[in-house]
Amino acid sequence: MPIQAQYLGMPLSLDDLEVENLTYFKHCAAHDFHLQACANCSLLRYPPTTACPWCTSREANWVPVEGQGTVHSYTEVHHPIQPAFKGHTPYLVLLVDLDRQLGKPTEHEALRVVGNLTTPDGKLAPPEMVKRVGIGTRVRMVFTDVAPGLALPQWIIDETAKQPENPWRYPQE
Amino acid sequence: MPMPADTDVSSPKHLRDKYAIVGVGETTYTRGSGMTTRALGTWAVRNAMLDAGLKAADVDGMLSYQSGDSTFAPFIAGDLGIRLNFYMDVFGGGSSTEALIGIAMGVIEAGMCKTVAIFRAMNGFSQVRIGGTGARSAVPVTSDMLHSRAYGWQSAGQMFSPTFMRHMYDYGTKPEQVAAVRAAHSNHASNNPKAFYQKRVTVEDVLASRVICKPLHLLDCCVETDNATAIIVARADRARDLKHTPALIRGVAGRVCKPRIDMHYQAGPISTVAGRYAREILWPNSGVGPEDVDVTGSYDAFTFTTMLQLEDYGFCKKGEGGHYVSDGTINLGGRRPNNTSGGHLCEGYTHGMNMVIENVRQLRHDVDDRCPIGSDGKRKHTYDHKEGGCRQVKGCEVTANLGWAMPGTGSAMVMRRG
Repeated sequence: MPIQAQYLGMPLSLDDLEVENLTYFKHCAAHDFHLQACANCSLLRYPPTTACPWCTSREANWVPVEGQGTVHSYTEVHHPIQPAFKGHTPYLVLLVDLDRQLGKPTEHEALRVVGNLTTPDGKLAPPEMVKRVGIGTRVRMVFTDVAPGLALPQWIIDETAKQPENPWRYPQE
Repeated sequence: MPMPADTDVSSPKHLRDKYAIVGVGETTYTRGSGMTTRALGTWAVRNAMLDAGLKAADVDGMLSYQSGDSTFAPFIAGDLGIRLNFYMDVFGGGSSTEALIGIAMGVIEAGMCKTVAIFRAMNGFSQVRIGGTGARSAVPVTSDMLHSRAYGWQSAGQMFSPTFMRHMYDYGTKPEQVAAVRAAHSNHASNNPKAFYQKRVTVEDVLASRVICKPLHLLDCCVETDNATAIIVARADRARDLKHTPALIRGVAGRVCKPRIDMHYQAGPISTVAGRYAREILWPNSGVGPEDVDVTGSYDAFTFTTMLQLEDYGFCKKGEGGHYVSDGTINLGGRRPNNTSGGHLCEGYTHGMNMVIENVRQLRHDVDDRCPIGSDGKRKHTYDHKEGGCRQVKGCEVTANLGWAMPGTGSAMVMRRG
């Protein structure tokens, strides 16, 4: 089924040929993060693709993956480009190294999953929370419900994890 | 400097010096051109033909690049009375220029045509905003874009910043080091009567300008302008009959990519950019190395892009880019000036072509600064790079252009004075 939805007033859509993306977001809508695992070499990949980037196999199985990891890099947006994000600045775009498959198949590879910093209910984080996060912060996945069959994976500070004393942040606040 | 006389046709490098850029031209760099991209493109290609001394009948190939924001080659050719034996309009922005020069060499080599005009025409301020604001920012988010744009991760600055931030983290690169790129390019632009921004700015000015998305301040970002640029590629033996000293093409690398280019952040280190791969094609093909280069044209969509590329092409050690761009090396009067026209940060934005044009003029020893023109019609360069003065680099023999599409994709070209 195709999906047409609104998120922060921004139209999001997936047509019915988007088999890989529809499956990915269907799992997200159930708040159960899944990625494709190659049927041949077993490696996971992100985002959804149509073949395995390591062995070219077109066959894959969707497997549950725990949404936890470490911030690898980020940007903090102060001047929004899209109308949907006006009124939500500053917001963080996080690039998160999942714990699963970190450093595989080679040292500098990881499942680096994009998301905003949000509150546990999936709303964009307030400014005082934004200031706590930098490279090295431990984060956990939550979901922003958008429509039936569509939720966006997002990141919250993992309050139960051991956090670095000073996550690396851009020096100018 | 000595050039290896490598003309072994059994080598893949046998095209060294066989092709040249024989003509360059541009429109004004403005905001509010008041004309179509068709009119802009026609204007720039005509200027390049006049510059080369070529008539419409002498040009029989045409290439352009665009992102749904310009006019296709057949309209420009038609307006100028050019009958084409070859043309192609390629999808793309930054890094296209050098890649298309390689394509032009290839199609001439294949006997498909003899002379190729390459243009980029855009109303980057008044029609399709290059910064991504305006109509472009509000388009529906579909398909694979749900993994980026749905998170407010859309504009070039937003998309590239995780690379920039990670470089600061990995190597201790400081904001004031990177800001020195804008200061240098603004000094160069003050000696360029064509530049959109001709006012000099300081490192402090950059750091005091408002934050767009960390680590980018407003003045770390390039200018959006309306303009067209054009260059003409032909065989070097033809170039010798034309008006100017040819800029001989030593070697090109085109749209070289990092792994996982569908989402390049999956493969690290993310503080390394495509130049790390492109350099392995560029330098051996060109028969020169970074030490042989007099002037660089490292794409400055942002201050950071200039630094990252200079570093990954080997102009300094990995991680020392911040030092390299802030120790005076890249300034006019320094050891290896970068973007002597002011580049995209100051002159105007045409997705890489204006930096190639500038280096062609540097190699001719004839940049269009404010130095007086003598009775022989040639500019008398003073080599005094004070504000409003000369921007010609004395004795410029070899240049390198480093084009950027994004952290994961780049193109490059080495030229030498013919």
